[in-house]
Amino acid sequence: MSNPQAAATPPLEPAETPGRRWSYRIEIDPAGAGNPWWVTPLSILLALLLCGVFIAANGMNPMTVYAKMVNGAFGSSFGITETLVKAIPLLLCGIGVAIAYRISVWNIGAEGQFLVGAVAATAVTIWFPGLPIYGTIPLMVVFAIAAGGIWGLLTAIPRTYFQVNELVTSLMLNYVAILLLDYFVFGPWKDPKGFNFPGTPMFNEAQTLPALGDTRLHLGLAFALFAVVLYGLLVKYTKWGYELRLIGANPEAAKNAGIPIKRHILLVMLISGGLAGLAGMAEVSGVSHRLMYGISPGYGYTAIIVAWLAKLNPAGLVVSAVLFGGLIVGGYSVQTIGLPSSISNMIQGAILFFLIAGGMLGKFRLRRNA
Amino acid sequence: MDTFTQIVIAAISSGTPLLFAALGGILIERSGIIQLGAEGIMLLGAVISCMTFIQTGSLPLALLAVAGISIALGLVHAFMTVTLRANQTVSGLAMTLFGTGLSAYLGKSVAGTPVPGSVPKLDLDFLDGVPFLGDVFGHLNVLTWFSFALVVVLHLFIHRTSWGLHLRAIGDNPATADVMGIRVQTFRYGYVIAGTILIGLAGADMLLAYSPTWTEGMTAGRGWIAVALIIFARWNPIRALLCAYFFGAMDTIGFKIQLIGSEIPSYFLKMIPYIVTILVLMYLGWRSRNKLSGTPQSLGLPYIREQRF
Repeated sequence: MSNPQAAATPPLEPAETPGRRWSYRIEIDPAGAGNPWWVTPLSILLALLLCGVFIAANGMNPMTVYAKMVNGAFGSSFGITETLVKAIPLLLCGIGVAIAYRISVWNIGAEGQFLVGAVAATAVTIWFPGLPIYGTIPLMVVFAIAAGGIWGLLTAIPRTYFQVNELVTSLMLNYVAILLLDYFVFGPWKDPKGFNFPGTPMFNEAQTLPALGDTRLHLGLAFALFAVVLYGLLVKYTKWGYELRLIGANPEAAKNAGIPIKRHILLVMLISGGLAGLAGMAEVSGVSHRLMYGISPGYGYTAIIVAWLAKLNPAGLVVSAVLFGGLIVGGYSVQTIGLPSSISNMIQGAILFFLIAGGMLGKFRLRRNA
Repeated sequence: MDTFTQIVIAAISSGTPLLFAALGGILIERSGIIQLGAEGIMLLGAVISCMTFIQTGSLPLALLAVAGISIALGLVHAFMTVTLRANQTVSGLAMTLFGTGLSAYLGKSVAGTPVPGSVPKLDLDFLDGVPFLGDVFGHLNVLTWFSFALVVVLHLFIHRTSWGLHLRAIGDNPATADVMGIRVQTFRYGYVIAGTILIGLAGADMLLAYSPTWTEGMTAGRGWIAVALIIFARWNPIRALLCAYFFGAMDTIGFKIQLIGSEIPSYFLKMIPYIVTILVLMYLGWRSRNKLSGTPQSLGLPYIREQRF
């Protein structure tokens, strides 16, 4: 097809590739606004498939393991309440992560904020042991939110005034928070009658969140549901929420419109940290009834995936918090057949992977090269 | 041996994993891809090297296995960020979360079992009499010497070869590089995989040379410190060496303070590296507030040939 003359003068049409081959290119789909609904379930399914390979490598039948996990998490009334108990901190931290991500701030420090919240709430029980329940609980809530909020600000201030990537800062602060908690439970606050158990003495009646009936569910559930409703309403119907959405959609336009982005980042991280701190308070006061070593099985990290799966949507947050709460409980329940509970962390990571990959499907289209 | 020499030795030993990870990160980020999965890759590198070493008793096989898993992880990250153009931050974050979970899952069987051997040391006997150098360089292991060599090689590669020029070009301005005829996507794949191997090696070095027993989450944030190191080092291998040893020293200085009988609880001393990381980042941010920080200019931006910026 090529003649010497065409080679001398640049052809107007793109030169035809010799010997047509099946080749494809990916390009931005001008009409691609969103993803079809089935992308999310498919991502989860693929993640389970991948993890199934690792389970099989461990000599187990993946189907049996998954069935056992689902059964452990949702198969009995005990399992369901346990799942909801785990969903409480996930939901609170998840709202925090989501609200920060609204303006593209990555709060991966929810774990640390959760822990300092738990420490601060416990401080109330140590410093003011004799207060009645109407004094203690509100004080614990205030302390925990303040501590978590300050921890969040420690991430936000370097980001706004020193251009420091918040990912690194918030993660470093997680390790600082873990060490801080370890210091208290191995050191000054250790239960003298606890046979060297790294934990504080058990809280008294006035320091524990009231339980729902005789289940392990506690008032923290109400905190979490209240927070998620408030989050939905504030983001959707207030000027503040509108500004958040505007910054998220187009930071440059928001800046030109005179929206104080720095102030928004500070406030959002204060709220985000405060919510995680509240989750920490709910956990010590509602579930463990003491501060102890290793109190969080990584709620703060799971919350990132909760927020991502929910696509920051309030109702979605509730659903995904319950789902991942079930995953944590399911992880515990397969320990009885000799699998480590870290299986749930592995599945969580895999789900996030496939969600990201799946999330790109709607943005691009595959076209055959002509 | 005086205290200073001891600190230098300890700094090199705990700084070497950081150095490997930072060098890998530099290679990846120079090509314009953000890599935040270092923590997860290091953990997987550590656990795989531990398992292979215990199973086969062969160190080279352990290192090969680490290279294998790193290539797989690098391919995944490159596929996500280069081909699918997914958000590079989230892809790295997912790799960290997945790596943490998978390493804990795989490592359960070998947790607490020490590896059956150590990395061979290069004994330079002629240095034995020399006061400072003999103590520091006389008996380093081969992985540490490899890291020294790597610093020099990477420095020369990035700044003195045409391949290095291409690497910098695809990180700064992929569209121009593409017009020049450099295969941006192919090179990005290559550099992401090569860098991931180095990060995996960092985990292996951490386990084989620094603390020879697998414990869950044993890297304790070092992958993230390595991410910060890349920024401190302004994407330069030689500065990465200095910064890595500085952080290695921060890691050990806590022990030293404890040894001289200080009243400060060890928990607070262990916070030093994390807090120093934040403070140094803040100082750098403050100093370079109106200047270029050496960041590859297209870092984090997917390159789409058909799209005009």
